[in-house]
Amino acid sequence: MIEVKDLHKAFGAIKAVDGVGFSARDGQITGLLGPNGAGKTTTLRMLYTLMQPDRGQILVDGIDAAADPLAVRRQLGVLPDARGLYKRLTARENIDYFARLHGLPENELAPRREALIKALEMEEIGDRRTEGFSQGQRVKTAIARALIHDPRNVILDEPTNGLDVMATRALRQFMLKLKAEGRCVLFSSHIMQEVAALCDRIVVIAHGRVVADETPQALREQTGETNLEDAFVKIIGSEEGLAA
Amino acid sequence: MNAVTANAKRASAFLTVFLKEVRENLRDRRTIVTALVTGPLVGPMIFALLLGSMLSRELDKAEQPLHVPVIGAERAPNLIDALKAGGIVPQAAIANPEQAVRRQDTDVVVRIGDNYAEAWRKGEPVQVELFYDSSQRDANTSVERVTRLVEGYARQQGAMRLVARGMSPGTAWPLQVARRDQATPQSRAVLMFAMLPYFFVITIFMGGMYLAIDLTAGERERQSLEPLFANPVPRWKILCGKLAAICAFSAASLLITLLAFAVVGQFIPAEKIGMELDLGLHFATYVSLLMLPLVLLLAVLQSMVAAFAKSYREAQTYISLLMLVPIIPSLLLSFMPIKAQAWMYAVPLLGQNLGIMQLLRGDGVTGEQLGLCLAGSLAAALLAVLATVQLYRSEKLAISA
Repeated sequence: MIEVKDLHKAFGAIKAVDGVGFSARDGQITGLLGPNGAGKTTTLRMLYTLMQPDRGQILVDGIDAAADPLAVRRQLGVLPDARGLYKRLTARENIDYFARLHGLPENELAPRREALIKALEMEEIGDRRTEGFSQGQRVKTAIARALIHDPRNVILDEPTNGLDVMATRALRQFMLKLKAEGRCVLFSSHIMQEVAALCDRIVVIAHGRVVADETPQALREQTGETNLEDAFVKIIGSEEGLAA
Repeated sequence: MNAVTANAKRASAFLTVFLKEVRENLRDRRTIVTALVTGPLVGPMIFALLLGSMLSRELDKAEQPLHVPVIGAERAPNLIDALKAGGIVPQAAIANPEQAVRRQDTDVVVRIGDNYAEAWRKGEPVQVELFYDSSQRDANTSVERVTRLVEGYARQQGAMRLVARGMSPGTAWPLQVARRDQATPQSRAVLMFAMLPYFFVITIFMGGMYLAIDLTAGERERQSLEPLFANPVPRWKILCGKLAAICAFSAASLLITLLAFAVVGQFIPAEKIGMELDLGLHFATYVSLLMLPLVLLLAVLQSMVAAFAKSYREAQTYISLLMLVPIIPSLLLSFMPIKAQAWMYAVPLLGQNLGIMQLLRGDGVTGEQLGLCLAGSLAAALLAVLATVQLYRSEKLAISA
């Protein structure tokens, strides 16, 4: 469960996030939708305590991020915007590194890692060095290392960015699996189809503010549009920065 | 989910970061070559080559016949005999002695004046000219050798004339200078080894350089710093693990170079020109001890500088500038022969420099000097660590784009 209340963050004169608030519940997929530069990544960065908000509160499973950032990070599995891997290490070594940083007990490490490698269908690349990995292989490795400690809450920043159709389909299936396991899944995207297909709840962000927070169905009813794409355009007020 | 097994074995974050960085960098050929081969071995090799050629040249000049063109040799057969007795081989006269010396065709030219024979017979003072170029350091030994022989001959002849007139030679030389050189064979070596401490510092520097860049600027450029900081580990612990990895590589560099110097030291014929060079175990132990806090200090400084840089390339530029800093004490000491004060040992780099020079002189390092050196450099290193920890807290550090 992730609760965000009235977040503000400015870089100099630019208000990147200007009063964002929403909740992402367990056993649901919550989509953060907005055009490029709407403040999605900055919001997520504050969630996983990489940045401190100027104002507002973040609660992850009831833990205040300002009071105990380490405990919050322990509750989160994060696929950040930056997905750099260590290219001189194999995929398995990359995953193990993060597992140990999470303090995963040594005897749980291997079973946990192998389960993820199987679930993400990356058996063939497990012992290869990550240098030269395709975008899809990189994202899989990054997701595996983000989930190695079995987190209750999963944050994915534009997870399907740069993936081909097959990889995107596989990733969506995986997200639905996470949801079925009862986790709280929060992901950002600027692709409407994706959000419409996956989300139980959609939070639309534009210009650093939440402009809608509804179920896909309610969103359509609210705008009077039967087509989600038209509904988004109506809410955001322009077509700029959105992809179908 | 979040199943916590109470007593299960867990890796420490510090050790995890340290081991991962060491393993990753052991797989990078450039880092390995720089830290474990070129960095530590080029210094001793240059040193051995320079010193070897320098020593053999000095030896050649001291022992071997010296060929000197003499103009007007036929006018002073006795002087020429005296020179020959001193190991000088007179060569045929040359037309333009000034030019020959300036063009380094020869180190020194002797010219005996036209009126030499006549004036000598009359007992009048005569002149012997020596042409040389004092800016050619290489020629100095030859010039000195010829000068000494000519002057010795003059003095001997003068004494004989006095004796012939029934006077004591002491009349003409009421004062005699007796030189008592206090230089030991070891302290004489010091002049030549003034740059040795710099070699050690540079080795440490090179050993850690690629790691320092890779672990901060490199990680940022590859966009792996953001996911790393999303782990539930305080940033200072991550930094400490990284620093330890840098220190491990630069310390390995230092050990290899000390070993190489010990080997090279065996082959330098220093004792032949009255020097003694001890680069053995005792020397190596003390140098490692003196350098230990410097290993940490340099690792931190490199990381700090690299953390300011936005890219790998930028970090490389900054760090090469930083490399010039350790030259300062070596230059200072070789141009301004200052007398070492106790406080100077507490200054990082300077203290190590003084300490190593003292070891080379064979004086050894006192406990007080060693203590000051370690304490001063360690304090500076810890301050730098604190400053870098602060730098690591910055929000901007993790953001790559």
